[in-house]
Amino acid sequence: MGRRLYAYPYHLWTFLFTVVPLALIVYFAFTARDTAAFTLDNLRQAAQPVYLGVLWHSVWLAGVSTFLCLLIGYPMAMILAKSRVRYRRMLTMLIVVPMWMNFLLRTYAWMTLLEKNGAVNAFLGFLGLPALHILYTDYAVLLGMVYNFLPFMILPIYSVLMKMDKSLLEAAEDLGADAWTSFRRVTFPLSLPGVYAGTIMVFMPAVTTFVISRLLGGGQYMLAGNVIEQQFLAIGNWNFGSALSVLMMILIFLSMIGLSRYDKDSDGGLFL
Amino acid sequence: MMRFLRRSYAMLILGFLYLPILILIVFSFNASKSRATWEGFTLRWYGELIESEAILDALSNTLSVAVLSSLIATVIGTLAAYAIYREMGSWERKLSMNLTYIPLLNPDIVTGISLMLLFIFAGMKLGFGSLLLSHVIFNVPYVILTVLPKLRQFDQHLYEAALDLGASPAYAFRHIVLPEILPGIVTGALFAFTLSVDDFVISFFTTGSGVNNLSILIYSMARRGIHPTINALSTLLFLTVLVLLIAVNLRMEKKVKREARR
Repeated sequence: MGRRLYAYPYHLWTFLFTVVPLALIVYFAFTARDTAAFTLDNLRQAAQPVYLGVLWHSVWLAGVSTFLCLLIGYPMAMILAKSRVRYRRMLTMLIVVPMWMNFLLRTYAWMTLLEKNGAVNAFLGFLGLPALHILYTDYAVLLGMVYNFLPFMILPIYSVLMKMDKSLLEAAEDLGADAWTSFRRVTFPLSLPGVYAGTIMVFMPAVTTFVISRLLGGGQYMLAGNVIEQQFLAIGNWNFGSALSVLMMILIFLSMIGLSRYDKDSDGGLFL
Repeated sequence: MMRFLRRSYAMLILGFLYLPILILIVFSFNASKSRATWEGFTLRWYGELIESEAILDALSNTLSVAVLSSLIATVIGTLAAYAIYREMGSWERKLSMNLTYIPLLNPDIVTGISLMLLFIFAGMKLGFGSLLLSHVIFNVPYVILTVLPKLRQFDQHLYEAALDLGASPAYAFRHIVLPEILPGIVTGALFAFTLSVDDFVISFFTTGSGVNNLSILIYSMARRGIHPTINALSTLLFLTVLVLLIAVNLRMEKKVKREARR
């Protein structure tokens, strides 16, 4: 009696606001725009070279920015884990603070910096170096992605490194491993769960972004997110937009399943 | 040598993270509209900011959506966590947890358009109501995930003892369970509040014409080009965040010290 007071309302909640919205996307993806009859045309349209190119471009840029975040972020995570307790708290705090600032403002900051008459070029001119013209190119988009998502790579790796058993490193040293070997054979393999978590947390927002590409890429370099946005808000072709969203979801769930297979430490619950 | 290298690297990364913000702040006081030259100190952009009705309107929307959605989501999320923890069988719980996780794993853009489709399909007018509802919807899972661990730590026997002593389930929940899980609830509420303030993508798709929040306004302003009032706005927002974080951190440090003294 009263035992199931809240269970049913929550089932209703998830059904209405999680299941139904996703079902709507799937419904639109598989129906024709004018007749609402079942069709695969929307998916076929998404397989056109133009859109495959856009999709590939998004995956490529997100992949490169994830790799750059790993390359830049891993040493920072190690430095954090090795620093003394007093500095460590301050450093983590300093890394977290920019994340609290509105995401759009951070991206906007790079717009002003990279402008033709922006601060970066003023500085380069001051040094007598030639000006950079990367605003509204892929390089600016990459920069924006790395800047926005770098903390998402640093923090999970750092938290795994902190939990690592330090005596393993001493053991490796006792057994004659030099610093590089013990990093390659001990530290890095043990930090892989953090690397996977960071990879997901960077790759996912990067591959679906439409803001960074719109503001820093200037519009001529369209990513998948931009096409979806355009289909829904400008062109009004919900069916094609839904088909692209379904592809996007499949891509992300596949890459997450792929990565979580290697993550043996996870608590489960992500996938039945 | 290693220490020097480590320090320089850390400084370099922090410089990368802070330089853009710093430059925005500096140029928010620049009399010139250009970002390249310094032409003297001015507060003009701050004046324009305060007088801009669009910005004040967006700020009030952002804050009211954040306060309301985090409060509502906290109530719903806490009750849902309680249901998941106490009222569900293992199979049911797994299914429910997976459904709870979906919005967290789904890209924001998909969540945004799926909710937009839902609202349009249900005949709801896009505007403040749909914006608020969508924020509640994406905040609930975060509250559940902060409250659930606290419930798991909670000693079941206390609850059963209360029932044995004649408390009704509702009374036992309010007086025994609730105080124990309160830290998780507060964390969840704060989490929900900050997510709501920061959200752009989901708001962008679920709001109607005329109802902007700060993120949407900044996006549309930035698309039109760069204007110093946005620099002024960034500066104010950054300082607010900084002050809040420092205050929270100081309070936590005091608490840790006080507990250490005991």
